[in-house]
Amino acid sequence: MSVSAAAVLDALGDKTRRSILEKLASGPIAVGALADQLPISRPAVSQHLRVLKDAQLVVESVAGTRRLYRINRAGLIAVRDYVDRFWETTLDNFALLASAEADTDTDEEEQK
Amino acid sequence: MTTDSAAEVEVARSITVPLGQTKAFHLFTSRMTEFWPPEHSIGASPFEAVVLEPRVGGRWYERAADGEECDWGRVGAWEPTSRVVLLWQITAEWKFDPDFETEVEVTFTENEPGRTTVDLRHRNLERYGAHAEQMRAIFDSPNGWTDTLNRCARLAESG
Repeated sequence: MSVSAAAVLDALGDKTRRSILEKLASGPIAVGALADQLPISRPAVSQHLRVLKDAQLVVESVAGTRRLYRINRAGLIAVRDYVDRFWETTLDNFALLASAEADTDTDEEEQK
Repeated sequence: MTTDSAAEVEVARSITVPLGQTKAFHLFTSRMTEFWPPEHSIGASPFEAVVLEPRVGGRWYERAADGEECDWGRVGAWEPTSRVVLLWQITAEWKFDPDFETEVEVTFTENEPGRTTVDLRHRNLERYGAHAEQMRAIFDSPNGWTDTLNRCARLAESG
């Protein structure tokens, strides 16, 4: 289910694909509209979208006769989870330091 | 998860420590080196110190043993001993970018004498937007952190 980091980095290694992602960042877009905004043909846009889809960077949905592409939010959720774990670790470390500090304070009080 | 793409993405955490508010505030802001996870460095070598300059606009950076400094961001609000806002300015490419920022707000509340709750909110994570997956890939890749090691070094050379 999970895509390899290499596949994601390969997909992002192309300037046109990065510019497609930038355009999708503001909301879902159809292939035709994307092609109009880029200096490449519609089949070329479709090709790039396939690579982005395989890397799970974009997802497609069908709206009537149009195929819409949008940013896959899974990446953002994964980043949030990562940041959450990061602060959990950091605050746990901080609490340990604070407890050690509180013990030191108590020792100093007792010595007085 | 059905969040709108324009919606804010944030993380909130809190912890209570057995210290008064003043001590908790100073421990957090002036001794970051002692609790920051050491693997979270963007420098070419492990950091020797994590430094927060105690004023609005102050720098937030890591310093390596050889003296090399790598910026992480700056201080957005400085209200001792109740609140500090840190602006984390590291992009999905693990580079410092003065035009990019996410906000880390930390508040200190003494609930009872000698017990302080530290509330932390890291906001604006949605700003990673299209680059979020790239960031995740770097986190999860075995060489991800090694790859990031050169980034600050390059920044230091160009600067």
